Amino acid sequence: MEKARPLWANPLQFVFACISYAVGLGNVWRFPYLCQMYGGGSFLVPYIIMLVVEGMPLLYLELAVGQRMRQGSIGAWRTISPYLGGVGLASVVASFFLSMYYNIINAWAFWYLLHSFQDPLPWSVCPLNSNRTGYDEECEKASSTQYFWYRKTLNISPSIQDSGGVQWEQALCLLLAWLVVYLCILRGTESTGKVVYFTALLPYCVLIIYLVRGLTLHGATNGLAYMFTPKLEQLANPKAWINAATQIFFSLGLGFGSLIAFASYNQPSTNCQKHAIIVSLINSSTSIFASVVTFSIYGFKATFNYESCLNKVILLLTNSFDLEDGFLTASNLEQVKGYLASAFPGKYSEVLPQIRNCSLESELATAVQGTGLSFIVYTEAIKNMAASQLWSVLYFFMLLMLGIGSMLGNTAAILTPLTDSKVISSHLPKEAVSGLVCLVNCVIGLVFTMEAGNYWFDIFNDYAATLPLLLIVLVEIVAVCYVFGLRRFESDLKAMTGRTLNWYWKAMWAGVSPLLIISLFVFYLSDYILTGTLQYQAWDASQGQLVTKDYPLYALAIIGLLVASSTMCIPLVALGTFIVRCLKRGDTPPVA
Amino acid sequence: MRQNNSITQEHTRRSKAKADGENAFKVRLSIRTALGDNAYAWDTNEEYLFKAMVAFSMRKVPNRETTEISHVLVCNVTQRVSFWFVVTDPLKNHTLPAVEVQTAIRMNRNRINGAFFLNDQTLEFLKIPSTLAPPTDPSVPIWIIIFGVIFCIVIVAVMLLILSGIRQRRRMSKGPTEMDDSEDKCENMITIENGIPCDPLDTKGGHINDAFMTEDERLTPL
Repeated sequence: MEKARPLWANPLQFVFACISYAVGLGNVWRFPYLCQMYGGGSFLVPYIIMLVVEGMPLLYLELAVGQRMRQGSIGAWRTISPYLGGVGLASVVASFFLSMYYNIINAWAFWYLLHSFQDPLPWSVCPLNSNRTGYDEECEKASSTQYFWYRKTLNISPSIQDSGGVQWEQALCLLLAWLVVYLCILRGTESTGKVVYFTALLPYCVLIIYLVRGLTLHGATNGLAYMFTPKLEQLANPKAWINAATQIFFSLGLGFGSLIAFASYNQPSTNCQKHAIIVSLINSSTSIFASVVTFSIYGFKATFNYESCLNKVILLLTNSFDLEDGFLTASNLEQVKGYLASAFPGKYSEVLPQIRNCSLESELATAVQGTGLSFIVYTEAIKNMAASQLWSVLYFFMLLMLGIGSMLGNTAAILTPLTDSKVISSHLPKEAVSGLVCLVNCVIGLVFTMEAGNYWFDIFNDYAATLPLLLIVLVEIVAVCYVFGLRRFESDLKAMTGRTLNWYWKAMWAGVSPLLIISLFVFYLSDYILTGTLQYQAWDASQGQLVTKDYPLYALAIIGLLVASSTMCIPLVALGTFIVRCLKRGDTPPVA
Repeated sequence: MRQNNSITQEHTRRSKAKADGENAFKVRLSIRTALGDNAYAWDTNEEYLFKAMVAFSMRKVPNRETTEISHVLVCNVTQRVSFWFVVTDPLKNHTLPAVEVQTAIRMNRNRINGAFFLNDQTLEFLKIPSTLAPPTDPSVPIWIIIFGVIFCIVIVAVMLLILSGIRQRRRMSKGPTEMDDSEDKCENMITIENGIPCDPLDTKGGHINDAFMTEDERLTPL
């Protein structure tokens, strides 16, 4: 008797697993940036339209395929058509790259979490220089939070060519991160199903706590007003629509095979249409919720910096003109400046170059995304809050939960095809397969703990899983609609779940979504070609800021390899299957 | 004659306390910033205290134990509050070298700050850099301790799960052979309760249960 496929203990575990996977770091650190760049409140219009037109149909498609085929991505696509096994393989390769570099973020989150138990927080003060008369030079030029990130955490080298050695502290954190992931996936759906209760729910608890704290911070309303004021002219900007589509696409984690893997452990009669709608709605609402929190924190930080800037100007003027201490305040500053300019023109013109123009707008307009947002901007805001250790611990714990939740999906995408294959599962128990995958990823991940590791991380982040994924999902839709046949799929779904397929889904799958993806694909390709050489941001320790540099040739080669290795699987496997079939047909003589 | 002498002496001393003199130091106090509503006003008495603190600091330097308050000269007091001061040596009629004054002030900075309820940022000596307090560095960084704890917990949990998985698999590989025997036994077993055999399925033939008599049978037929 065949061993039964492991199942989720109840449908709620499946929903939580999908939410846990889809709601990740991108919701927290990419969406607020996009919202800020493309018109604040008015960005929600293209975002919601893309959600309904692109996100929900594609998510439903992947869940339906997984639930119907009841196999991981390779097996599922091979069942649809033997020539399409390459799509599954491309998904697995993309997932493999993703899990390689994604866990280093968890390692960084662990690092910051472990350092949050000190008073004062290590990123709030600059360390002293060697003769203890002042602060470290690099820290003075940059800020203490940037110094802690670039020097203490990453120990970053000036360029990608200087690789430096492996940082043992980061390597230890990476090891811990992989051990935690291994602990969660060890027993397959049995253990994953219980862990996802925490990884899905705890981030919301922390976000709610942060929302309450954020809204009560001084200056939070400045940030919220800035964010939600709609700039309607951005609706005419095509980049806003393209970025909305891209964000929906990548935020849901389509094309990696994780959703197919999760859905394959479902009971066949599960109502995956309802689940697809619920998961995509929750994912988008979480993005909006997280950006409310982020913008109240931005507002606090911007107001704090603006007031410090004003205080610096006040101190400068008080000291240069020997005015009475406490006489100059923010309210009479302009007036007094005018008076001083007229009364002491010579001295004033000496001091003038040092007086910075403090502007709340420019503080709010500094838009940051990615690791910079979490590890530099947020930490700067946290260090100025009361009881900063508590807020720091909460924040990095939330980042960890989000990151580990996404890692569970990534590893499931790799492990499900492996455990499905008879060859591997007959020789090795699933604990050993999971352990091997984690070990290989951990060892390769040590590359990202080197001094130039962050530059490699940026390469993987920008190129390993962007263009290939668009192609994979395009081939997926075309395969289901035209190769497998939309009518056949519809009747299969009806037999499986007992519900007829709504015309809306059919229209989206057959027409609108493929067109959208093709246009996204064309846009990205033309963008890459037009920019010419690819560049990256390197940290210059002497200036204390980022500078732009060109990638060396071997880095460009590796980028090309990354993109090619997943996309080439599709045509290569199709070709290989075709050749094998031809050979087989040639070998067996036709029956008379 | 003596009066003339003392006036000339006073005049020479004052001229030595010129601001920008190479041995003069500018001092800046931010009393309102430090103390808010409890700020005291800067008057000649506070100046006297300052001169006393400087003289005290100089007395701690070897060879300068005879420094008196009157050797410290203060001038150019502004509203800020800021002023210049210089320490003179009346015997040799010159101002003390800046290096000596600097060392003396640096060594007694805390006492001077304490006398005025201020700190290094609110009582500034403009050419004298303050020695910053080194950060407290515990012998074992705290993060390693917490890392060790979490690491050990995770390793123990992983071991437990792996071992229980192995045990479960061993039980299951013995299990199917045991289960086949017990299924055969079940069919031959008759449940016996209190010594009386129970027949769950009554196969002996129809007994009519009066409680379930149909309605029309209760009524007398016409």
